[in-house]
Amino acid sequence: MNWEPVIGLEVHLQLATRSKIFSGSATTFGAAPNTQASAVDLAMPGMLPVLNEQAVRYAVLFGLGIDAEIGRRSVFDRKNYFYPDLPKGYQISQFAEPIVGRGQFEIVLGDGTSKTVGITRAHLEEDAGKSLHEDYHGQTGIDLNRAGTPLLEIVTEPELASAEEAVAYLKALHSLVLYLGISDGNMAEGSMRCDINISLRPAGSDTLGTRAEIKNVNSFRFVEKAIAHEIERQAELLDSGGSVVQETRLYDAERDETRPMRSKEVATDYRYFPEPDLLPVVLEESLIEELRATLPELPTAKRQRFQDQYGLSAYDAGVLADSRALADYFEAVAGTCSDAKLAANWVQVELLGQLNREGLTIGDCPLAPDALGGLLARILDETISGKIAKQIFEAMWQGEGDADSIIEARGLRQVSDSGAIAAMVDAALAGNPEQVAQYAAADDQKRKKLIGYFVGQVMKTSKGQANPALVNQLLAEKLPD
Amino acid sequence: MASETPVTASSLLEALDQGRCSAEELIRDCLDRIGAVDGALNSFITVDAEGALAAARAADADRAAGRAGPLAGLPLAHKDIFCTEGLRTSCASRMLDTFVPPYSATAVQRLATAGAVTVGKTNMDEFAMGSSNETSYYGPCRNPWDGDRVPGGSSGGSAAAVAAGLVPAATGTDTGGSIRQPAALCGITGIKPTYGRVSRLGMIAFASSLDQGGVMARSAEDCALLLGTMAGHDPADSTSAREPVPDYRSGLTMALDGLRIGLPRRWFDASLDSAVGDRLRAALGELEARGARLVDIDLPHNHLSIPAYYLIAPAEASTNLARYDGVRYGHRCKAPLDLEDLYTRSREEGFGAEVQRRILIGTYALSAGYYDAYYKKAQQTRRLIRQDYLDAFTGVDVIAGPTAPGTAFRLGEKIDDPVTMYQEDSYTLGVNLAGLPALSLPVEPLGGLPVGLQLIGQHFDEARLLALAHRYQQDTDWHLQAPPPPGGAA
Repeated sequence: MNWEPVIGLEVHLQLATRSKIFSGSATTFGAAPNTQASAVDLAMPGMLPVLNEQAVRYAVLFGLGIDAEIGRRSVFDRKNYFYPDLPKGYQISQFAEPIVGRGQFEIVLGDGTSKTVGITRAHLEEDAGKSLHEDYHGQTGIDLNRAGTPLLEIVTEPELASAEEAVAYLKALHSLVLYLGISDGNMAEGSMRCDINISLRPAGSDTLGTRAEIKNVNSFRFVEKAIAHEIERQAELLDSGGSVVQETRLYDAERDETRPMRSKEVATDYRYFPEPDLLPVVLEESLIEELRATLPELPTAKRQRFQDQYGLSAYDAGVLADSRALADYFEAVAGTCSDAKLAANWVQVELLGQLNREGLTIGDCPLAPDALGGLLARILDETISGKIAKQIFEAMWQGEGDADSIIEARGLRQVSDSGAIAAMVDAALAGNPEQVAQYAAADDQKRKKLIGYFVGQVMKTSKGQANPALVNQLLAEKLPD
Repeated sequence: MASETPVTASSLLEALDQGRCSAEELIRDCLDRIGAVDGALNSFITVDAEGALAAARAADADRAAGRAGPLAGLPLAHKDIFCTEGLRTSCASRMLDTFVPPYSATAVQRLATAGAVTVGKTNMDEFAMGSSNETSYYGPCRNPWDGDRVPGGSSGGSAAAVAAGLVPAATGTDTGGSIRQPAALCGITGIKPTYGRVSRLGMIAFASSLDQGGVMARSAEDCALLLGTMAGHDPADSTSAREPVPDYRSGLTMALDGLRIGLPRRWFDASLDSAVGDRLRAALGELEARGARLVDIDLPHNHLSIPAYYLIAPAEASTNLARYDGVRYGHRCKAPLDLEDLYTRSREEGFGAEVQRRILIGTYALSAGYYDAYYKKAQQTRRLIRQDYLDAFTGVDVIAGPTAPGTAFRLGEKIDDPVTMYQEDSYTLGVNLAGLPALSLPVEPLGGLPVGLQLIGQHFDEARLLALAHRYQQDTDWHLQAPPPPGGAA
């Protein structure tokens, strides 16, 4: 049977607040166990939560970023279950009245087509702590540093149809939250974790099949592999006449498979009810407007503008708009040199290439955008050729100064004096009579090759500094017809 | 020494101010009385003699240096539900038998900053669940007026300690009547403020949307004095009110001419002990003679407060008490086999029967399939009850009625019949469901046992309740009557 996957994602996004969502403890990653757990995080008797307003602002920014309904009044609920790393015996979350309602945003797929993904809701909640099973010989250690870390759980409609779409959605989401500055997006540290709901149905069917949920997948690559594996597993099951069990599964990256979690952990009645220790969050219109005013231009809009304003291809616009830092860098370069296409080309090829080779991100780039823009300006005013420019780029990367000083210091200024170049062309022709004779007798195809040879001779004489356009022009004049 | 007229907190402070006694003398006196009487009374779970004497000496030094706070040297007891830094806070539960908090409740902190000296922690129903003090892990506290009778609950220890003259005042908490009912049964004055008036931080939670800390003392004047110190916004409690705190003490003399007192018709019908009703009517008659107007009112949904309360409070309690899991602090069973066993046995051993009953009721009320029928319906009922009060207050300034259906009952009389026990709260629960302030003050006793009159005010109108009670206490001395000397009882 031809099965069609239906995929919905729940992303747990860690918000970039300095302190926890309901206590003053720090959220810094990697601290020694339980050094960032206060009496509130430990659920000591009589302790009470106080909502971190920055977490609310970040949630609203996200809602505005996906053009969603913002809950003017949202309510925290208690989600009750016993687990050692859940100190209160309940997680404070939002159930019936989330802070962000329906929204949507656009993703671009590999073939260049785009798709709008519906967001069902996004709600604020606190993270649990961590159970440490290693190193305790038959016992379990508990680290509550992470308990109370603010999360925004972002839930999509079951509208994704493949692993590729799921990954494209996650990448676009990752890009968006970095643009908004609401999360550090550090996936290795768990800042963006993903639960995958997946079911199969006969291609073209309207009804949904029974789904399995794969918990806590934390990289794009693992999401892709987990989905691929799960599609295969469910298809085999259905093809052989079996049925999918609604259950929670874990993705094991080492074995590249999903397997059921202990059944004890599923089918829990969480007994949600409104958290009486917190007031409903009532958002003033003025706060929403204040936040709306701080919204940056978002990836989709920027991609479009790069195409419209600079005439970039959709692909180039997509690469450059992927991160706000890169887009800003590109625009600064384009502004300095006033040639956006040249800037786009250099940023994508030379700059990103160099960053990749050195394992750096745009944030660590040693070269200021106006320095690169200054270099490109020298290409545009014909002070140097593109080829020389690459040499200068290397030198600038090594910290030898700006383009102009390197050009002067190394004497790399392009020769555009037609008298001087004419002399060099004459010398080249005089020194290679054999080739000149061949040229006179050759067809167009061969002539092109020979012109290349003469240009090479002139460039050698000029140490690469002769203006190539002038050389070509003078050669054409001086060679026999 | 126990039969003399009890002294009020205000008069003790006056004596301290005038140098007629030192704080250390006062504390020694308290400790002596506790030592002499409390073995039989059992009003304290923990007495902190050493800490209290040190604090008293510090208060005396502050006075000598002219930097004393307004309550410097005043002996005080805290219900054992308030966390006290470095001093065991058990909530009268085996679960917290060894729990010593590294922090103090905001209310405790404010009183300490004003100079009050903590003598010890008072007995109570376990996790404040009870109306007789009989569910305490540390055994029942007895009523100083008759040792065979209960002091009421859950703040029974605070009420008994004040009534017996062991301390001039104590803190209490009131989730469904837990300050007012024991105040009534022990013949003292107790105020449960508006929900949100006193910070809940550091007050061990029973039912978060109902819990409220308050004062139990001899007189309305003492209540005003202490409430003014405890009350006020606390940024660490999101449900604490931002309303400014008036000067309750100077408000005691506010004009009350023409004050309209509403009397809920159904509260004075057959469900009330008729002799108790007579005592209350007599007291109300005296208020009328002093210029108040008595108006009959209706609270049409108030009879639903028991079922609504006994769903909402256990529902909240069932999750508030989930943190006691034997993992981080509190009772942990010996040699758990696995996680499930650790949870089950720690909680089974740590919690008493009434606490377990309420956790079960609450868990049930919140469960899938029952939520709409129970918890949700109870919340809807709660809104109706609250609206009744708000409607009534469009025509009256204060509502008056009984605090409890009768006088103190005998130990063991109701403990095996939870439904009869819950009836003790008939007149008090609605106030918590509506978040209103209310106080209980003693009127003429009945057969040697105290009777309490309940005054209920509009939100944040504590000052008027205190002024009305104060007015009554200016002309009567029921609040200054002392129980018979200890040893005379049973």
